[in-house]
Amino acid sequence: MATLFINKLSKAKQFLFALLLLLIVATICYAISEFVGYRVVGFILLITVSLLAMVLDILPIICTAAVSALVWNFFFIPPKFTFHIGSTEDVILFLMYFVVAIVSAVLTFKIRQIEKLAQQQQQKEDTVKLYNTLLNSLSHELRTPIAAIIGAADNLQSSNSKLTPQNRNELVNEIAKASFRLNQQVENLLNMSRLESGFIQPKNDWCDISEVVYDAVQRLEENDIEQKISISINPAIPLFKLDKGMLEQIIYNILNNAAQYTSANSLINISAACHADVLEIIIEDNGNGFPPEEINNVFNKFYRLKNTTTGRTGLGLSIVKGFTEAMGGSVRLQNSSTSGAIFTINIVAETSYLKNLKNE
Amino acid sequence: MSNKATILIIDDEVQMRKLLQITLESNDYTIAEAATAKDGMIMAANHPPDLILLDLGLPDEDGHSVLKKLREWFTNPIIILSVQSSEEDIIKALDNGANDYLVKPFRTGELLARIRSVIRGIFTDENNPVIINGDLQIDLGNRVVKKNEEIIKLTSTEYTLLALFAKNEGKVLTHQYLLREVWGPGYINQSQYLRVFIAQLRKKIETDANRPTFIVTESGVGYRFAAKE
Repeated sequence: MATLFINKLSKAKQFLFALLLLLIVATICYAISEFVGYRVVGFILLITVSLLAMVLDILPIICTAAVSALVWNFFFIPPKFTFHIGSTEDVILFLMYFVVAIVSAVLTFKIRQIEKLAQQQQQKEDTVKLYNTLLNSLSHELRTPIAAIIGAADNLQSSNSKLTPQNRNELVNEIAKASFRLNQQVENLLNMSRLESGFIQPKNDWCDISEVVYDAVQRLEENDIEQKISISINPAIPLFKLDKGMLEQIIYNILNNAAQYTSANSLINISAACHADVLEIIIEDNGNGFPPEEINNVFNKFYRLKNTTTGRTGLGLSIVKGFTEAMGGSVRLQNSSTSGAIFTINIVAETSYLKNLKNE
Repeated sequence: MSNKATILIIDDEVQMRKLLQITLESNDYTIAEAATAKDGMIMAANHPPDLILLDLGLPDEDGHSVLKKLREWFTNPIIILSVQSSEEDIIKALDNGANDYLVKPFRTGELLARIRSVIRGIFTDENNPVIINGDLQIDLGNRVVKKNEEIIKLTSTEYTLLALFAKNEGKVLTHQYLLREVWGPGYINQSQYLRVFIAQLRKKIETDANRPTFIVTESGVGYRFAAKE
């Protein structure tokens, strides 16, 4: 962290910082030079320069190396307080100090540069990897319905007389289904890019939680799902000041996920409750739950459970997390003690009990 | 019903125009088409249609400004088509005088229902004080509401709200509009009142208040009193 902090300083401030440190070290050395001798002082100064080389830019570090050599010469090498050097041995030492200080400074700086490059390279590779995952799942998720539409349309266009009215109907149905799937994927992508842009601002307004839940359930039921959904909400639950669109999308995505990963006739239960000013929504199913080792990953972008055949983009649950957090809430996933998954959403929000007043 | 109504489609997408043309012609409407805002406005002026379907994303002019210009003289219904589901955009269009909106992609059935509903609006008899919608009967003259021939007791605010919906059958009413009309201009930010009264009203007039069929929520925009066919 310290490294980063110093790196961000301006050139002028780096100079100041280096000189200040050099001054402190030199002062301490001056105090103890009686006991350790000026050659040891030379090494201490050299270490100081090397340490500084790990954090400073190239120009400040070369100057620091030069200044340290002069300081050593002026204050420590006899005769003191002159730039004159008494013995030939000391002249050689001084020159060697000068060269070593600058070489070590430059080399350390070079190493840092290479490390930085390697790091950038790594980051680039990670991005490419993520991008490939995205492209793979996207091209699958988008191309499958597109292929279905093109194929079915071709068949219908060819006006093949062998096409029975029943087949014809099925082809039309396929086109309809594929278009819905395509639409849903695009919606997911748009939501994701809204989140990624970082500018997502919840538009909070008073929400009737029952209405939001029922709307989400109804939207899901329009997809002809094979699971049964039950809803339990206390009618006395207050109004919450939240983004209705986001909340509905959160509930819809979790339900949709449950509908895709549980078998037909499974039960999905959704309940909402108010604890002080916290809205708690629990969505539970009696499917097989999530593999414990993968639970931590399910909210990650583009993450899909291993060994699942159903192709999905892996965006649904990351949107759940993103939207929940955008509203200042949290989402938790655990497996129930028997079987099935439990999603718990907690969002702190303003409440209004106006609802329960008698109206006239 | 009074089909044969003329509908002007202003949309720059050929595919969209084709789809609308086939859908509407096979439902006995007469169609006129324009691909740009300029052509659309000229056509609307030369042969005023009974209804305009206006796409908000036109190449030569912003749909909102086209809507405003049309509304300076054109009084028949305008339905907005848009690919943006941005709520602000929709509210702005409704405030600028659009009768209704549809977000692409939309279902054909939905489109036809909206068209029927706004066109019926033109021919509604202003003097007819009794509005019948499915099993619901609203007598505006005597302030009596019946469901399945049984009188429903409503509070005065509930009645005002329902009557407002009934007079605007099929039309989306924005939150702000409802609050201003029912409670007054000082209440346009008090949306919790609206939530409470909508919930109460649904309990009284809907068969299942949790799955409303009369007062339908238009997410983020407002509510619609849906006409039963």
